[in-house]
Amino acid sequence: MAKMKFLCDAERCIECNGCVTACKNENEVPWGVNRRRVITLGDGEVGEKSISVACMHCTDAPCSAVCPVDCFYTTDDGIVLHDKDLCIGCGYCFYACPFGAPQYPAEQAFGVRGKMDKCTFCAGGPVDDNSVAEFDKYGANRVSQGKLPLCAEMCSTKALLAGDGDMVADIYRERILKRGDRPQTWGWEKAYGSAV
Amino acid sequence: MKLIRKRTVEPTGKFTGLGEAVDRRTFLARSGIALGAATAATMLTPGRVKKVHAASSEARIGPVTIKKSVCTHCSVGCGVVAEVQNGVWTGQEPDFDSPLNLGSHCAKGASVREHGHGERRLKYPMKLVGGKWVRMSWDDAINEVGDGMLNIREESGPDSVYWMGSAKFNNEQAYLFRKFAAMWGTNNVDHQARICHSTTVAGVANTWGYGAMTNSYNDMHNSKAMLFIGSNPAEAHPVSLQHIFRAKENGSKMIVIDPRYTRTAAHADHFVRIRPGSDVAIMWGMLWHIFENGWEDKEYIRQRVYGLDEVREEVKKWTPEETERVTGAPEDVVRTAAQMMAENSPATFVWCMGGTQHTIGNNNTRAYCAFQLALGNIGKSGGGANIFRGHDNVQGATDFCVLSHSLPGYYGLSDGAWKHWSRVWDLEHEWVKGRFHPEQVEGDSGKPTHPMNYRGIPVSRWVDGVLEESIGQSDNIRCMVWAGHAVNSQTRGPEMKKAMSKLDMMVIIDPYPTHAAVMHDRTDGVYLLPACTQFETYGSVTASNRSLQWREKVVEPLFESLPDHTIFYKFARKFGFENELCRNIAVENDEPNIEDITREFNRGMWTIGYTGQSPERLKLHLANKHTFNTTTLKAEGGPCDGDYYGMPWPCWGNPEMNHPGTPVLYDTSKPVAEGGLCFRARFGVEHEGNNILAVDSWPKGSEIQGGHPEFTADLLKQLGWWGELTAEEQALADGKNWKTDLSGGIQRVAIKHGCAPFGNAKARAIVWTFPDRVPIHREPLYTPDRELAAKYPTYEDRKRFYRLPTRYMSIQKDDYSRDFPIIFTSGRLVEYEGGGEESRSNPWLAELQQEMFAEVNPKDANDVGLKDGDMIWIETPEGARIKVKTTITRRVAPGVVFTPFHFGGWYEGEDLVDKYPPGAEPYVRGEACNTAFTYGYDSVTQMQESKVTLCRIKLA
Repeated sequence: MAKMKFLCDAERCIECNGCVTACKNENEVPWGVNRRRVITLGDGEVGEKSISVACMHCTDAPCSAVCPVDCFYTTDDGIVLHDKDLCIGCGYCFYACPFGAPQYPAEQAFGVRGKMDKCTFCAGGPVDDNSVAEFDKYGANRVSQGKLPLCAEMCSTKALLAGDGDMVADIYRERILKRGDRPQTWGWEKAYGSAV
Repeated sequence: MKLIRKRTVEPTGKFTGLGEAVDRRTFLARSGIALGAATAATMLTPGRVKKVHAASSEARIGPVTIKKSVCTHCSVGCGVVAEVQNGVWTGQEPDFDSPLNLGSHCAKGASVREHGHGERRLKYPMKLVGGKWVRMSWDDAINEVGDGMLNIREESGPDSVYWMGSAKFNNEQAYLFRKFAAMWGTNNVDHQARICHSTTVAGVANTWGYGAMTNSYNDMHNSKAMLFIGSNPAEAHPVSLQHIFRAKENGSKMIVIDPRYTRTAAHADHFVRIRPGSDVAIMWGMLWHIFENGWEDKEYIRQRVYGLDEVREEVKKWTPEETERVTGAPEDVVRTAAQMMAENSPATFVWCMGGTQHTIGNNNTRAYCAFQLALGNIGKSGGGANIFRGHDNVQGATDFCVLSHSLPGYYGLSDGAWKHWSRVWDLEHEWVKGRFHPEQVEGDSGKPTHPMNYRGIPVSRWVDGVLEESIGQSDNIRCMVWAGHAVNSQTRGPEMKKAMSKLDMMVIIDPYPTHAAVMHDRTDGVYLLPACTQFETYGSVTASNRSLQWREKVVEPLFESLPDHTIFYKFARKFGFENELCRNIAVENDEPNIEDITREFNRGMWTIGYTGQSPERLKLHLANKHTFNTTTLKAEGGPCDGDYYGMPWPCWGNPEMNHPGTPVLYDTSKPVAEGGLCFRARFGVEHEGNNILAVDSWPKGSEIQGGHPEFTADLLKQLGWWGELTAEEQALADGKNWKTDLSGGIQRVAIKHGCAPFGNAKARAIVWTFPDRVPIHREPLYTPDRELAAKYPTYEDRKRFYRLPTRYMSIQKDDYSRDFPIIFTSGRLVEYEGGGEESRSNPWLAELQQEMFAEVNPKDANDVGLKDGDMIWIETPEGARIKVKTTITRRVAPGVVFTPFHFGGWYEGEDLVDKYPPGAEPYVRGEACNTAFTYGYDSVTQMQESKVTLCRIKLA
């Protein structure tokens, strides 16, 4: 079984936000909810880097570990999804997530926090594949149609890669070899120092 | 990148088989309510948000039809794949088959499906009555507007109605629109290219023949070095970065020269920061190192370049010290850039509006060309002048000359040009002439000129066409028509507002109301006519690389909107020339047949080879996109075998000749029949006693091995090739040349002998017909440096230039730098495009950029006492001011303030939201930066100066 992964190549990300609007388009995500966003560090200064961030579909997902109603589950493809019928909108997963992925629509009256919403890797949720109910609550289910998340499929520079972890790694490794340089993955220098 | 794409389960729809109630369209309607709540909280007053216009609830159920179109934002030409169910645009998929974008989109392209919702569109014709928008029918609108125009025509002549066209037209609409204006009887017709790349087209065409991008985005894969000046493709042409990164990862050097440390600069190997408006200085400063070190390509120059010695004399003055004095860039930084370009060959050169929008824009573009010629980079794969155009069809609209100074195909406005097109149109030249005002006026040269031969008022100056007293036409402009044009892209807001109040009538033909609908204080005489977008019609579109692509219609026009060509047909009928307009074009339900229009321009566009791309060939390319190589753009096998994708012009001869298109201009390594070329013999055969034809250089396989003039019937006779024309060809070609022979025989025979129809000459580094023969630096009209203004003064004022008085020195002579010490410049954001009305009305984009802002360096912020996020006034010397939010950043240098130019819907601090027709206000509104930009126009094309003025900032 494939293990689905995202990887954003910071050497190629230009903060064009194509991934963000592709997600909005495919999943009809309302204003104010951002399943995916592009973060730019050192904006406007030498060394500026951008990276596209969404739910990373962790193997041992912290959101899942802390959820008081146990609404998270991991699919056979390694995609972390959740059940909005169980979710109580407490926001504890937001505490736990290292990427700020969980989103809470302000759609109810009095600004009450709604059910949590996040990137589904375009894989819908725990209702019938491609049903209206699924689209309504979770958005598109491209994975069931043999397609990948639209954010990655449409990335302007092919910076954002999505798919089976092994294949993503192969593509990225090939790029690194071609560039003839050490990995430019986010956080490399911080983790291993600039000399490595 | 196709990763693990398993077979899709198409063509059944995502919700096929589901009998129950909620479909995706209804979901839309509901999320519209949610959206309303969210937006109301952040930005809108409650009650303003209208629910999404929901289609029938069956929309989502049923088979999916795939429609292929092209993104309507920038000029990369990204393929769009639309999924349509029951006539509703329900899904958007990546176009992996397109060799131009390989499935990719930026924020704008990835959100074009919103065009199928069109929530904030203009929904039906309206007019302003006593300050209120009143709905009207199309028939009433055409009649009322048409009567008003005919009345003006009667009183003041046809030149008093101004027809502003658009780079958003497809090719067929652009062509028909230019023809329409001719038949109304005026040259007061223009479009965005004037304020985008007009100085490029003029500068480049006058250097080597054609004014377009020489190579392609894809061809940049072959570059060993890439220089970007005044160009920020990471925001303006994001998908091009895919090709640029491919080159970079193959080892190509990437150099960015810009006043700002742009998102593109963030990926460059070398960044050179210059003072805005010092482009000639930096180019000559770099060339100084190249000449000093003998890095120029001497053999190439001997064979193919004329006049470079005069440039060399000028360059001698640009020592490293002087270069740094003027540009601010230190010697080592400049030298490194020059060396990178010289040592990594072939090197390509990209420029955009940072270089073009200046009073010396034409000098800038010619300096760029001279630089590339010195290095021998033109006419080579991997080299070239890769001028990235702006709008999706600004290349096409330029080629069809929705321009005040030319007829389609750059034929100009001479009697010969009019006679050529009258022949193509099947009309008597005298009839066409009779449509114009009969009296001659004093022309730009001071000589009496017939209005038909006199270039009209350009986009940038329509305000002066309304306000100036002494102008070169029978009366002032009294009615403005904006068909797909944003007025917030033109400078001098207060004067524009004054001009708007003086007009008899304003007519806005657009999918959105635009800034023009709200910025004035009029209460009557403004009409809004809803045009549909390009996703609601079909036809061809030309990408920046000169490739033509065919768009299919995705959905029927929304609401009561109509395609532009239908609207103009209705006006033609009102004016009584619909039969002349469509003599060779079938019309059904008031809609002229698109394919017939394509075939008509195929019969006339010989100059630039828009003659071989028949609708049938274009559709074949559309169906076989996947067969084209993504680097060479050449079809490898399949039905299009040997063709280049989209048959980049020139695609010589008639369609039957099957010319493959020209992927790289002036590339002598290929035969002309296979897309090769040489420089065009456009400027005669000799100059001041010097031969200006090519020496020892010719396209591969040419039977004339050396320079030669352009082909005429007489030349063919001299060469003994005349007999190779068929009898029918001879009948049409006799006495004609390669540009005016409607049979195409002259081109066919020239190419059969391996020759370029337009001759074989040297490129010229000097242009003796321009105000500055050698490109020289001149300070902007509003310059912060008086010493440099004295040393590099601007031009003298001109009495009549494109019909208008034009000021230079009378502005520059006064010192504004004390009161307005900061340079003000502008540029693009990735989320928005052009005037921005369309993209600011798309919630998926609007959410990402919710406020107009100004980038201010920390030093200037501290000097004025600003904190990040403070609202400030930006005030400029002509008395305009705009209120914007501060972003403090080192992206701009101290002494420079930058704002994006896509905002509108505010005027001098006031949000004009209440002036929009209800439900048609964009989600995001903001101050238009051009309100505050000042006077200043290029000395050849009237391009506006919107990249340098002076300002002061203060806390609001």
